[in-house]
Amino acid sequence: MKYAIIVDVTLRQGISDPEGATIERALPALGFTGVSDVRAGKSFRLNVEADNEAGALEKATALAQRLLSNPVIEDSRARLSAEG
Amino acid sequence: MSRIGVVVFPGSNCEYDAASAVTQLGATAEFVWHGQDNVDGFDGIILPGGFAHGDYLRPGALARFSPVMNAVANFANAGGAVLGICNGFQVLTEAGLLPGALQKNRGLTFLCHPTTLIVESTRSVLTLKATKGQALSIPINHFSGSYTCDDKSYEELVANDQIVLRYKENPNGSRDDIAGVSNLAGNVVGLMPHPERAMSLLLGSADGQVLLSSFVSKTLSVR
Repeated sequence: MKYAIIVDVTLRQGISDPEGATIERALPALGFTGVSDVRAGKSFRLNVEADNEAGALEKATALAQRLLSNPVIEDSRARLSAEG
Repeated sequence: MSRIGVVVFPGSNCEYDAASAVTQLGATAEFVWHGQDNVDGFDGIILPGGFAHGDYLRPGALARFSPVMNAVANFANAGGAVLGICNGFQVLTEAGLLPGALQKNRGLTFLCHPTTLIVESTRSVLTLKATKGQALSIPINHFSGSYTCDDKSYEELVANDQIVLRYKENPNGSRDDIAGVSNLAGNVVGLMPHPERAMSLLLGSADGQVLLSSFVSKTLSVR
């Protein structure tokens, strides 16, 4: 089976996020108030061959930790794509 | 004579500067293509600046899987002198040969200007001929040069004298003004500033010479 997986990569809590901070500072000027804790990240979409959902997620989690993220500063999370 | 391998990834752009600098100091330099799976016969290895593999994903993230990096890791683990400059520093952290990581600069600004560095440790292959506290004028040229690491790694860096160089004035938000670090043994060093661009007073500074001559002399003593 082929499963569509999304991997989200975000900076770990406690690691400064200059992109998120810059976006957050820009929002009030555009009239968006009450928005805080903006964190920038990356998202990857993959098709993964596996016997079942758990196997696909396991493979995606492993490759996310090995390549898509740098665990020193980033967290990664694999999830099934709702859109298939 | 010391024979130094300068690794060339697709997208490296400081390899000629690095080779020229160590040649000026009496070593011979040869380019090593990233697809090569050995670094046999070299006395020292330099990972130069640039944008290895286009910096796609993250700086150094793809370069660490280039075939040559296994050979560089074995060379480093056997005590060989390895120097990562700028992008080379990013590759060494991604490869786990140095602790920590390089993040986007504070302020999201590409920085290209001279900086004043302070020598913090003379234990590393890059600083053994320098003096602790010595101030050096060396340029920086980077977007992702803000050194970061978790508290445990930071405490180890301090306790083991692995902070090699600090900025006098922090340009990029790096933790504790760190500009360069070494591994525990001191034979692997990474720094964001470019000593190979500070080799001649005519071009602004010759302060890179004390750093790279330390590196070259270390590669001689290994042989």
